[in-house]
Amino acid sequence: MTSVAGRTAAHEHERPTRSNWTARLRTRVGRTVPPGQLLPDRQPVYVNSWIYVFGALTLAALLIVLGTGAVLALGGPTWWHTSSTGHFVNSLHLWSTELFFAFMVIHLWGKFFMAAWRGRRALTWITGVIAFVGSIGTAFTGYLSQSNFDSQWISAQAKDGLNSVGIGAWFNVLDPGQMLMWHISLLPAAIGLLVVLHVILVRRHGVVPPIDAETTAENAAIAEDPGDGEASS
Amino acid sequence: MTVVRRTPDAHDFPTRSYDLVKEFVVALIVVAVLTTVLAAVFSSPDEKPITLSGWARQAPNDVVATAAGELAGTTTSAEYGPPYNNAASGQVLGPVELQKWAGVRIPVDSANDLVLTPLRGVGGDQELTSALATWSSASASQQQEWAATYADALAAAPDGNPAAVRASAAFGPVPVLTAKFLQLARSGGLEGALDAHGNFYQGDATRGLLLLSDGAYLEDQARARNLGGDQWGMMNETGNYPGQPWMWLYTFWYQVKPFSTSDNADAQVWALMMVLTLALALVPFIPGIRSIPRWVGLHRLIWRDYYRRPGRST
Repeated sequence: MTSVAGRTAAHEHERPTRSNWTARLRTRVGRTVPPGQLLPDRQPVYVNSWIYVFGALTLAALLIVLGTGAVLALGGPTWWHTSSTGHFVNSLHLWSTELFFAFMVIHLWGKFFMAAWRGRRALTWITGVIAFVGSIGTAFTGYLSQSNFDSQWISAQAKDGLNSVGIGAWFNVLDPGQMLMWHISLLPAAIGLLVVLHVILVRRHGVVPPIDAETTAENAAIAEDPGDGEASS
Repeated sequence: MTVVRRTPDAHDFPTRSYDLVKEFVVALIVVAVLTTVLAAVFSSPDEKPITLSGWARQAPNDVVATAAGELAGTTTSAEYGPPYNNAASGQVLGPVELQKWAGVRIPVDSANDLVLTPLRGVGGDQELTSALATWSSASASQQQEWAATYADALAAAPDGNPAAVRASAAFGPVPVLTAKFLQLARSGGLEGALDAHGNFYQGDATRGLLLLSDGAYLEDQARARNLGGDQWGMMNETGNYPGQPWMWLYTFWYQVKPFSTSDNADAQVWALMMVLTLALALVPFIPGIRSIPRWVGLHRLIWRDYYRRPGRST
């Protein structure tokens, strides 16, 4: 029998058959981010501004939102109405959400004014926008799940908008049970996946270089790089 | 000659030491401290929900008027359309009728589901049983006439007070039904009768919230807290809290014409927001919009150290 060390020495793992799904997945994952760029300890010289901190702040606030939400989930949907500890955890959840959105909006506008979609980074921008919109939906379902006066009034108001475009037939804001499930399960999972994808794309392409650091090329180059496409005469 | 700018590879630039993990840990600590301070200082709002028994105690005339309206088929929910019923086709966007096309997936018959079925669950009340029997044996047009006549009489009475309405045979059994409905609401048993659906557990408040929304009390309470639809209501919350400021643009459209005066405002605002959201996602591909950052020049501040470097190309 050949030992693991023996197979490794023979480099069998580097020559997987094409039918080996595990090997193909490993190869694909390995190609996603350039070697050393997943957690690099160096950045291009132009990465030197406070605006870069807001991505990290957004991610940090998201973790605190998830953590405080998990503690609220431990106590159950009505715990925070009857316990001072629960109410404080709810306050942490609320304010971390407010900070999360504040940081995310600054991050978004910062990236807009840096035209951060240049250099094949359009998908990074798009995943960020979808995560932003998805976060609005997640927060909205949180307001509907509070089981207090706010959730009564917000749901009574919101149903008309959702019903008017047919969404309300499936997404019933008057059903706090359904909204709670969306809030603590489906939407956070979607946001989590989007954020992971967004961060991987950032690491894959690196931080966008400054505007005007571009090289120029003939018009034909636009076909190579549709994410840039800023033509000037 | 047309020239296309091409962004160089970020990995081709000179580098400097940068500690991503330290940056994230410091950010986490800063956000944790900020969150804790804000929570400790400002807490969070938690105003108790309106109960149907509270509604009956605080605004009994509104409960009676709402019940009469449900029986007459004149309340918001009774005339709503999809997804609750077919009383209307709902809002449209030109030829596009998304509300109608989605269909009646949450069926609610306002008279039966919000008033009569809960009343039928009340036992041992001969007067109520008799009134229900009279109602059931009448034709639909007779039922509607009784309820509408009584609703009109209530609307004409001072404060809508049922006691100020002179008894009349033109009301049929409606005054008894609405008075018993008020009693049931006061007893605290109405929430369960509306939304329990025969189950011990309740997670769906659709019928209770539709009933409450059909009355004037909920909106009066919301407006008293500056939460009305024309007061940027849906993005706010009770007390001096920030609410959902990220929904400012969605709420903004409801404050201005043509949306503020349109019968199809909800559908129009939703359509507009979907278009704007799509545009935001596709900014990298929209000529002109994607050039705004270059025109504004804020990037010169962000990358000022880089632009100051001599021989700054890759």
